[in-house]
Amino acid sequence: MAPERAVAPSVVVVTPPRGWAALNLRDLWAHRDLVYFLAWRDVKVRYAQASIGVAWAVLQPLLMMVVFTVFLGRLAKVPSDGIPYPVFAFSGLLPWTYFSNATGTATESLVSSSNLVSKVYFPRLAIPLAALLSWLPDLLVATGMLIMMMLAYGLMPAWTTVLLPVFALYALLAASSVSVWLSALNVAYRDVRYAVPFLIQLWLFATPVVYPASLVPGRFRALFGLNPMAGVVEGFRWGLLGRGHPPWALMGVSAAVALVLLVGGLYHFRRVEHGFADVI
Amino acid sequence: MSSEALHSAIRVEGLGKQYRLGASTGGRASYGSLREDLLRSVRRRERAPEVDRTFWALRNVSFAIQPGERVGIIGRNGAGKSTLLKLLARITAPTEGRAELRGRVGSLLEVGTGFHAELSGRDNILLSGAILGMRRSEIQAKTDEIVEFAGVEAFLDTPVKRYSSGMYLRLAFAVAAHLEPDILLVDEVLAVGDADFQKKCLGRMEDIGESGRTVVFVSHSMPSVLRLCERVILLDRGGLVADGNAQEVLRTYLDSGLGSAAERHWETPELAPGDEVARLRSVRVRDDRGVVTEELDIRRPVSLELEYWHMRDDEDLRPSANLHVTNEDGVVLFATSDFNNHRWRETRRTPGVVRATCHIPGNFLAEGRFFVLAAISTYNPTRVHALEADAVSFHVVDRSTGDGVRGEYANAWPGVVRPMLDWSIIEPKPIPLSGADRQLG
Repeated sequence: MAPERAVAPSVVVVTPPRGWAALNLRDLWAHRDLVYFLAWRDVKVRYAQASIGVAWAVLQPLLMMVVFTVFLGRLAKVPSDGIPYPVFAFSGLLPWTYFSNATGTATESLVSSSNLVSKVYFPRLAIPLAALLSWLPDLLVATGMLIMMMLAYGLMPAWTTVLLPVFALYALLAASSVSVWLSALNVAYRDVRYAVPFLIQLWLFATPVVYPASLVPGRFRALFGLNPMAGVVEGFRWGLLGRGHPPWALMGVSAAVALVLLVGGLYHFRRVEHGFADVI
Repeated sequence: MSSEALHSAIRVEGLGKQYRLGASTGGRASYGSLREDLLRSVRRRERAPEVDRTFWALRNVSFAIQPGERVGIIGRNGAGKSTLLKLLARITAPTEGRAELRGRVGSLLEVGTGFHAELSGRDNILLSGAILGMRRSEIQAKTDEIVEFAGVEAFLDTPVKRYSSGMYLRLAFAVAAHLEPDILLVDEVLAVGDADFQKKCLGRMEDIGESGRTVVFVSHSMPSVLRLCERVILLDRGGLVADGNAQEVLRTYLDSGLGSAAERHWETPELAPGDEVARLRSVRVRDDRGVVTEELDIRRPVSLELEYWHMRDDEDLRPSANLHVTNEDGVVLFATSDFNNHRWRETRRTPGVVRATCHIPGNFLAEGRFFVLAAISTYNPTRVHALEADAVSFHVVDRSTGDGVRGEYANAWPGVVRPMLDWSIIEPKPIPLSGADRQLG
């Protein structure tokens, strides 16, 4: 019944891997249904037996916002570019929470799917990619919460809020750039799984989540952009709140760094993926 | 290159796969820690490179399979069957050689690949279908058919973790059975499930073969291979030993043990299947005169003899010898254990070579070929120490001439066993026949 069979059958060639191979993203595209179902499974399973379900998507950044508001906003009086500190922190914590959750699960994703990797063929990239996508609905839900919070503070969302999907993609890009490396490395070196949570914790403070980028002296600002998440967080905040100048330079540098990391990571992934089933 | 070779469904040329042996993982490549790899690379620079402990799981294997052929791949444990299948399924990459597969490839290396316990039956159909390579539209179109095949209509929205293991397996296989690939690669999946369902699965696979698709089937189960495949490839220690007509290759396979299919013998415990508690030493089929033989008279008793090394003195572990006897259709006739001997059951086990013999009476088995699975296990706590499927096989021949179960009857006699049973008969008392009866008669 499959219409594919009407055309000349495709030929699959199995040969030893030789050094650097082409990315073959077409194969990944052919498996897009699989990516979709894996992501859908992750979302569904995540809240399957949780009594408050999807509220977890909001609760995590919300509680962190409360903590930071008390300690940094009230006690340490960290500036927040003229935005009420809770809104400021929450708007930064949303893309950050996405990044930290997505990167964490994507890093572990291949190892926790070892039964799939060792039993069936598909482009291995589908697994971390699905893990990254599976956190986007959470980001969406939490953003809804942010908008309500802004309205409560008398702040109107900026027109650029309609660009939210673009900012989400930008966050996805940053998370992918790191996860493609970490997920592949974690298959061979289980050290990665211990290092990553710690790394992400530190990373939070290298990113303008709970303090504004304007706090960083101008001459270090470009250097700051080397952190792919710096541009994401500042961009997301600007997109929703519309305060100040759009952080083009920061976003540009961050996006460029993320792209370079991603492409390098994809080639690395491709180089090692044929061995996953043997070592996982 | 002949035109025939051009149109092979699968063409394999000099395929080989080398594994690096991990220090602790025995047989599998190991994953390391970053530190170990760094140390290794430093050491390499400092001294002569260490000799890698590697082995070839598969080497120099070549064959071609035509579209529509159903080919079985057999061999003992470690022969390279699963490696070959994994290479063809692109799960792992070869070290040398190449393989070409024409058409859509579906692989079925385990039942329930990608099933998630928390998801409902319906959701798992979607997920598992996608993982096995079906398109979303295809799965949706076949969901009803799959549900019906599995017979789980009533539980479709129940998480599969609440399924009985039988239901779980049926649903899992049903999804896989509705794949419509040009080439289907199957590994051992039929080793599970009840006999009826196995039959259904085999039937489904036969349909697949008949509809022009190519099936490559790896199995320990000789009966299923015989039923399903007209051609068999025999692997041994990573190489191709025989390739051809199923019956002939099976013959070679059964003879590849030690001279006879009726005897398997392992020289040392290191070579034998088993763990640190017990290892198989030999399995033999003997006739009533004690001769090791493969062909047995249906009227005479058969002895199945199992020897094993019991290596650990442990009060809690009481290894028992077990035998399963299976016929050509894959039906397990019976399973039996040495604890049926009550005196032995109470005996404290001490290390050494144990010989346990099971006596099957004459006039009990049916005609045909039987396969014997030999295992050593402790029942409480449950622990399987050693297991060898198809350890030996034998052939029962009915040469009875009126003195057997079927008496003078010469045609096929039904039944998976052919026991000589006691009958009690009340003989007719002479009835005085009346005149009226006589007239009727």
